[in-house]
Amino acid sequence: MRYNRLALYGLLCVAAIMILSPVFIMISTSLKSMDEIRNGSIFTLPVDPGFAAWSKAWFGDCAKTLGEGCGGLSSSFMTSVKVVIPALILSVGLGAITGYALAAWKMKGANVMFAALLVGMFIPPQVTLYPLIIMIRELGIFGTIPGLILVHVIWGVAFTTMMFRNFFKTVPQDLLKAARIDGAGFWRLFWHVMLPISLPILGVAMILQFTYIWNDFLLGLTFGGRAGQPMTVALNNLVGSQFGEKEYNVDMAATMLTALPTLAVYLLSGRLFVRGIAAGAVKG
Amino acid sequence: MNGVELRNVTKAYAGLTVMEDINLEIADGDFLVLLGPSGCGKSTLLNMIAGLEPTTDGSIHINGRDVTSLEPDERDIAMVFQSYALYPTMSVRRNIGFGLKMRGMLRDEIDKRVAEVGDLLQITPLLDRKPSQLSGGQQQRVAIGRALVREPSVFLFDEPLSNLDAKLRADMRIELKRLHERLGRTIVYVTHDQIEAMTLATKVVVLDKGGIQQVDTPENVYRRPANRFVASFVGAPTMNFLDGKLSQNGDDIVFDSGAGCLPLVNVPAEARDLIGRPMTLGARPEHMLFDETGISSRVLLAEPTGPDQYVRLAVAGSELTARSGPEQIFRSGSDTRILIDGARMTLFDSQSGQALLTA
Repeated sequence: MRYNRLALYGLLCVAAIMILSPVFIMISTSLKSMDEIRNGSIFTLPVDPGFAAWSKAWFGDCAKTLGEGCGGLSSSFMTSVKVVIPALILSVGLGAITGYALAAWKMKGANVMFAALLVGMFIPPQVTLYPLIIMIRELGIFGTIPGLILVHVIWGVAFTTMMFRNFFKTVPQDLLKAARIDGAGFWRLFWHVMLPISLPILGVAMILQFTYIWNDFLLGLTFGGRAGQPMTVALNNLVGSQFGEKEYNVDMAATMLTALPTLAVYLLSGRLFVRGIAAGAVKG
Repeated sequence: MNGVELRNVTKAYAGLTVMEDINLEIADGDFLVLLGPSGCGKSTLLNMIAGLEPTTDGSIHINGRDVTSLEPDERDIAMVFQSYALYPTMSVRRNIGFGLKMRGMLRDEIDKRVAEVGDLLQITPLLDRKPSQLSGGQQQRVAIGRALVREPSVFLFDEPLSNLDAKLRADMRIELKRLHERLGRTIVYVTHDQIEAMTLATKVVVLDKGGIQQVDTPENVYRRPANRFVASFVGAPTMNFLDGKLSQNGDDIVFDSGAGCLPLVNVPAEARDLIGRPMTLGARPEHMLFDETGISSRVLLAEPTGPDQYVRLAVAGSELTARSGPEQIFRSGSDTRILIDGARMTLFDSQSGQALLTA
């Protein structure tokens, strides 16, 4: 029994080290100066830690760039925020409503529609990229933030619909009947009864959608254009297109900055996340 | 008329008819129990009255108004569910008041009505709790409160006591009966529990295979079953059935099962007309009499229940159950004598199962 415990904790420690060591290297490197990076090992702790690289990654280096902006991530951070918040609200909101409609109301063709959504989820985005580009171009919003938001909503809504539909299917039929007898129609049943029940799932859907949209690179690169360049694309540009010496500390700091929002969301909502995943059934 | 009326109600799913031509009148103030085994269509019937399931054909009238095509909330009904179906995120107070709120009633009026119902059902201390903090019995009270507060003309109950334990079920049964006597409202109540049907109903509708088998008072459903299904479904332990025919034995009439003749006492005169016809005799355990003049039978097993004991007997090639007082001792394998109280027996046509003669 004791040895089993020991083995279990040993295994967990190894796994944690494997996952955390790159993160450690990134943070440690981002706090070093270039001289120290050039002469030392990547595993050593910074001798004289400083946030110069972080500041450079965020604000950019105005001496090196021409034209508007200084090449930092701060402006694309704002773009990402402008994309993520509406895309998040729309994809989760629409998913909740369609999932509710599919699960709680008897409609002709509901199952066919649900099957179509599922198929849609399994098609890789690359396959539909070109048709989507044409659609968005025809709408006249290609290369803009609204265009990128729309693409994210289209991609997200299949997933969120499935989540909400599966959750709402577990709500007892009697509860829906009771609400109908009480006089709650489509929207009031949704708003007063179903949505409050679905809070844990709502939380999970928000977190997952936030992560997907924030971490997305392909759609941002394709649909964002210059105006709608999200942080991931800016990071790629920053890391991939520098003249002269490679500034590892700035690259690491920029990568950490890009990853911080999703990390923060996970850390702050960890409890909610676990609760939502565990919330399979509704207790009457 | 006031009350509920079903006219030629038919229900079909994808072309498969599950209920056909149901006609039923429920008088104002009746406590009508729909009784039947699982899958007999009793819940479907209730859902059609509620408006939760559309009817395929026929019409439903509540207080003289044709409600067939109305939504559930327009029918002046309220419903209590087996699973209570309380809104899990709302407090008890909001649960009870939700229907009124949906109708646009003013806040003060809602509060007043909720408080009244809370008093009536003695749930006032629970009003600010969430359903998950309540016991099963308390949740059921809240569900009843949610129905009461609306003051509908018809209450619909869908197996409301099935999820409660035996003791609580008996208590709630009494409370429901009191509530009905006090409010005098029409109640339609679905159950598969015949004790609930017998104790609560002013009128029982026995359903089987999507059809009405009998509509009568609880006493008559028990004493004068319309057919073999009703006779076997109502009563526990179940009625004894014996195939055979009546025959004349001197001055007496006996029941000839082929393997032996069971003596009958107090046989009504009409029975003479049925002599010789193939039929099934039905006799409840309490109408099997232990008597020296009876037919010899072997005791297989005695089941004491407290006030009574039920004795399984091998008689004339069949196994029958007879009721006895608790004092007498029956040893398995011993012999005893039994006869049937002809005044209380029921005779069924062996083909159709319809009752030919009842008490």
